[in-house]
Amino acid sequence: MSTGATVIAGCALVTFAIKAAGPVALGGRELPIWFTSVVVLLAPALLAALVATQALADGDRLAIGADTAGVAAGGLAAWRTGSIVACVLLAPAVTAALRAL
Amino acid sequence: MAQDAGLSELQAIVMSAIVYAGSAQFSAIAILAQGGGAGAAIAAAALMNSRFLPMGVALAPSLGGGPLRRALQGQGVVDASWALAARPDGSFDRMLLFGSSAAQYVAWVSGTTIGALWGGALGDPQDLGLDALFPAFFVALLLGEARSGRARGVAALGALIALVLVPLAPAGVPVLVASFAALVGLTRGARAAVLERQEAEGEPR
Repeated sequence: MSTGATVIAGCALVTFAIKAAGPVALGGRELPIWFTSVVVLLAPALLAALVATQALADGDRLAIGADTAGVAAGGLAAWRTGSIVACVLLAPAVTAALRAL
Repeated sequence: MAQDAGLSELQAIVMSAIVYAGSAQFSAIAILAQGGGAGAAIAAAALMNSRFLPMGVALAPSLGGGPLRRALQGQGVVDASWALAARPDGSFDRMLLFGSSAAQYVAWVSGTTIGALWGGALGDPQDLGLDALFPAFFVALLLGEARSGRARGVAALGALIALVLVPLAPAGVPVLVASFAALVGLTRGARAAVLERQEAEGEPR
C-alpha cells in the first residue's frame, strides 16, 4: 500500500474510533448531576479554545493577523445584532479586505 | 497542498469522503509534505481529533440505541454542528446535529473535489478571508453559550489554557486540554445551578 493510502486508511480508522468512544462508553443512561454540570460547561470551554487557536495562532506560534481583526469584527456584529449570518459574512469580508490592502 | 504531500487528486477526494475531519486531514497532510512518515501523519490527525472525545462524552446521554448505533451516530460530530446542537441544559438536538453535519459533509466533499480538480484557477482561499469564517461562527455560538458568569469564566479559562499550550504542544492538544476548564462544573454552586434549571424546565434529566 502506498504511503498516501496508508495515511488515509489510518486517519479514517482513528477518527472513527475517537468519535465513537464517548457515545459507546456512556450512551443511553442517566448520568449524575455532577456529570451534566461539567458537560454544560464543555461547550464554552471548547468553543473559546477553538476561537483562540484559530484566530490568535498560526500553527504552533501565537499570531495576530487580518483574520484576528475579521473574527473580532464578526464577533462585534454578532454581539450587537444577534445575527450569526451577519457575523459569518462580515468576518471573511473584513479579513479579505485587510489582506487586499 | 495534498499534491505537495504526494497524494493524487482522487486520494484527496477519497480522504475527505471517509475521514471527514478537516483540521485532522490538514495536519496529516502537512506532516507528509514536510517529509514525515505515515505513522507521524496519522498520530498528528489523532491528536487533532482528540477534541472529539469530550464532545462525544457530552453528546452520549442524548443518543439512543445499542453500541453500534451510538458509535455510528457519534460520527456525526463535527465542531460546528456539535456546538449548534448543544442545548443549555446539557442535552443535544440530535436532528439538528445530523442535519447540519450532513450539509457540511456535502459541502466539504464537493469543496475538496473542486479544489483538487480546479484549485489552481481559484486562487488562495486566504485571499478570500475564508480562514476567519469558522472562528467567527464559533464566536457567535459562544456569545449564546456564555450567558452565565460561570460559563464566561470557563470560556476565558479555556481560551487561556489553549493559548498557553499552542507553542508547547502538538496541534489539537491545546483544545483538548482546554476542555478541562469545564471541571469548574464540579463545584457545589455549578451543580446547584444545573439542578435549578432542570427543575425550572420540569425535565428530570
